[in-house]
Amino acid sequence: MSLLGTLARLEAVRSGRAEPLATVRHRHLSDRPMVVVPLTAAGEAGAPLAVMLGTDRSAPRLHIVPQPLNRTLRFDFLAELAADLLPYLESFATEVEQIEGSEKDPETGEKSQVFRELCTDAPQLIVPNSAGVHHLALLGRSTRFRRTVEDDEPGPYPAPARVPLLGRWLTHLTDRAQVPGSSLLLAMTGLLSRHWATGQSHLEDQHLAARLAWHAPPAGLTGAEAAERAESARDEAGQLLHPPAGPATDPRFDELVLGPAIARYDAAAAALLHTVQEPGGTDARQARAAVRTAVEQLRTVLSQVLLPTWHDVWHGLDLLRALPPGGHLAERWTGDRWSYTGHRDRLAAGEPPQPRQDDAVTAARKLAQREREQARLDVQEALDDPLAMAEHRLAGEAFSGVVTEVVPDYDTSGRSPKPRPLVTVRTADRPHADLGREAHRVREAASSESGGGPSAQKAVIAAVDPAEGTITLRMLSGMGRRKEPEPGSLPEPGERVTFTLFELTVRQSAPLPEPDDTPWTHGGPPGAASAPGPVPAATAGSTAGSTATEEWE
Amino acid sequence: MNVSTNVPSTGHFEPLAQRLADLRGPAPQRSLNARALAALAANPGCHRRAVLDAAGVDKSALAARLGRPAPFGQSPFALARGVIFESRLKEDDYTALLEPLRRHLGLPADGGAPLAVPDLLRRSGPAVRAERTAAALAEAAADPQAWTLLDHPLLRLTVAGSTAYLEPDAVVVHDGRCTVIEIKSFPVLDGSADPAKVGAAARQAAVYVLALQETAATLAGREADRNPYVEQRLPGSPRLSVLLVCPKDFSNRPTAVTVDVRRELATTRRQLSRMTGIGRLLDALPPGAGFDLTSDGTGAPTRSAEQLAESVEAVPAAYSPDCLSTCELGFHCRARARCGDRVEQLGRGVRGELGSIRTVTEALAAAGAGTTAERGARPDTSPGDDEDNADEAAARLAYAAALRAEALGRPLAAVTADAPAGAGAAR
Repeated sequence: MSLLGTLARLEAVRSGRAEPLATVRHRHLSDRPMVVVPLTAAGEAGAPLAVMLGTDRSAPRLHIVPQPLNRTLRFDFLAELAADLLPYLESFATEVEQIEGSEKDPETGEKSQVFRELCTDAPQLIVPNSAGVHHLALLGRSTRFRRTVEDDEPGPYPAPARVPLLGRWLTHLTDRAQVPGSSLLLAMTGLLSRHWATGQSHLEDQHLAARLAWHAPPAGLTGAEAAERAESARDEAGQLLHPPAGPATDPRFDELVLGPAIARYDAAAAALLHTVQEPGGTDARQARAAVRTAVEQLRTVLSQVLLPTWHDVWHGLDLLRALPPGGHLAERWTGDRWSYTGHRDRLAAGEPPQPRQDDAVTAARKLAQREREQARLDVQEALDDPLAMAEHRLAGEAFSGVVTEVVPDYDTSGRSPKPRPLVTVRTADRPHADLGREAHRVREAASSESGGGPSAQKAVIAAVDPAEGTITLRMLSGMGRRKEPEPGSLPEPGERVTFTLFELTVRQSAPLPEPDDTPWTHGGPPGAASAPGPVPAATAGSTAGSTATEEWE
Repeated sequence: MNVSTNVPSTGHFEPLAQRLADLRGPAPQRSLNARALAALAANPGCHRRAVLDAAGVDKSALAARLGRPAPFGQSPFALARGVIFESRLKEDDYTALLEPLRRHLGLPADGGAPLAVPDLLRRSGPAVRAERTAAALAEAAADPQAWTLLDHPLLRLTVAGSTAYLEPDAVVVHDGRCTVIEIKSFPVLDGSADPAKVGAAARQAAVYVLALQETAATLAGREADRNPYVEQRLPGSPRLSVLLVCPKDFSNRPTAVTVDVRRELATTRRQLSRMTGIGRLLDALPPGAGFDLTSDGTGAPTRSAEQLAESVEAVPAAYSPDCLSTCELGFHCRARARCGDRVEQLGRGVRGELGSIRTVTEALAAAGAGTTAERGARPDTSPGDDEDNADEAAARLAYAAALRAEALGRPLAAVTADAPAGAGAAR
């Protein structure tokens, strides 16, 4: 946490309510987000218990697993979830725009014009917290390798047809969620933390209801009191007034409410099985009704614990939508659209599911992408939001001030003189401004519209006067090609300017080889490991191909 | 019982135990288990926890009496899952458990060497069970060729004058040395597991290793070596790597990983040795302090909630938000930190950032005072060279406050107003 963040938290402690950490919204929000609130069964890794989802806050849909340990019921649930979620995910795949690009022929090196499809919009999933993202990743991992009834060799426990597809989408979305600044899958707690500080720690901020309590504490309560009430207040039956946002449920709920309800379902299901096996059949209808009743009861108790969180997530969206969008959101969302389009194309091309572990080149690429995106996000947020820029000013990587003087000067070393004017800025900031260091002028007009980033204006530090609080910069570029600077390309005396000591565009990293050219130092091309050879048993097992399936007990 | 050889000075031991018992009152002593000992190592600076644990006070009950009950509990589903996984490993003469043992400990394949599983008298009392475990360990360590599995042995560890009984899931003895087997029901997915859970398991296993070292030292008739850098090499000494057995992926089949617990062992050892210095902490208690949670004959509590709160307050705590998930008194200590206006309520890292500033009021005052005085001047010229880091932290805060006010377009007064809870509403 930076000192500015700490300061905001201190203010929140004092004011008793959330304090802003941003002046604009830094994440894209879809017009039609899909809110997903998952619950998991305690003790079982990634075992689903229920999910509440939908794009309409007044019409949540609920899917449950009446007995989380029953494989068939779990598959029924996943099939229902796939039938619910996949149409939403696929609904963005048809509307595309053509993006012009160039492609280099690998043999002749000739460049040719190509058009690539880019979906005009992409889906957006919102879950309550980062544990929800993790749960979706586990669901994706546990389903994407499953064989289905449509496979040639369905195996002993085939899954319903669309379940592995759901797994592949969930894997893609959770993978993309690791990319800084991406918005295909977002956790509400993370979104709120980026934009507001509460007067509690990061750890406590993971509790969505407690976090939100700081935004609108009931009259007469401070945020801290309201948050504590959300965390721990219980009714006479010992149940939390505000259930946790999941995916784990409250142990007391498991013990006193969910456990008995599942036991009733088990008993009803056993009775039904018994009547079906015993011919006679008059009781069968009654037994079926009993099972239905038990399922209905489970649906009721689960929707009771899910609904508060469902409303919390939508409440969070309301708060975020009240902020004006940052200038670079469209540009970053285009990256998400490319990601979505890419996955759509891989599915259409019939590629196998994502492997359990990435090969060396893919892993290196993902890491490089995340680092690049993090750097890009930092720069773009700083350009969009003076409060984010303040972080850099506090760190001595940027400074703002008022221009006191502009002195024309020229570089006469070449054939024709070039303008190299000197701009003096008075600032209270304390940048690490060494003489000769490169600085970049932030130009707001250019950054807010065209997605391609601001037209750069470079300068070097020419003089620093700590006593006067002035910094003099020699401008190097962005002044046109003529002998005199283009009108309007230089700041006027009295104008407020901001310079950064870091570049405002992110450099591309060095290219990585194709996976087929993975050097032997990194294990060689993927697939080679499964070739016969002295491969240790342990590694052979873990890389045994993406088509491997596994038992799921 | 020759357990007293572990106690450093018998003369000092009795009064200490008596003082701790007096603090607890007539309530039954909560014995320390491995989880509690491991949690103690997670927040070593907390005197409050050290005193309450040493005295064997029921912290859950205490937290409830103080009005902020512990939020912990374990789901019956999670418990059932753990029991099912362990019983699957142990059914059919430990068939499922043998595979990881072969792979990681070198247990020969079928028929190579029989695995002896001595009866450890699990239905007896703890003292008898601990004696039986020690005897079985000695017997197993005597024959280097044999493979012995001690199923739920009971180990004794003396902590601050009181005896704790610890029950590892299993211990395998071969070649004169033993290895702790820790069975956990969280999965190892594609070769990796939740680091927080692995860390907790390692801390817990380290407590078992420590207890086994004590046991081996007792068997050898000497004191356990206090030097943490020397690996104990007595008959029956534990290895410093433990075997963690978990479900593989989404199945119920086991997979195992060896986990080096030397670091956890050193931390735990240091923590527990500090607890013998508990006398010093007790000396600082005011007369009349106590944590008696019992009721007298009429049903009225012996000590009122206020008296209990006063006694708890007399022992300093080292609260950090992590406590909320590890300590029963977490919510109480948080409330106290908030009342005391302490900056720790925002997290451990915050204290480092704020230097010697300890309260929210001080921090906000520093943020406000600096900005008005230094606005427009060069902030880095004001603190002289001889100023300590408190002024440096204050100057940085003031600078940050100025930047924040400027970015938000707020007047500085909004930042500096220090009327509690009033400023936010006016915003």
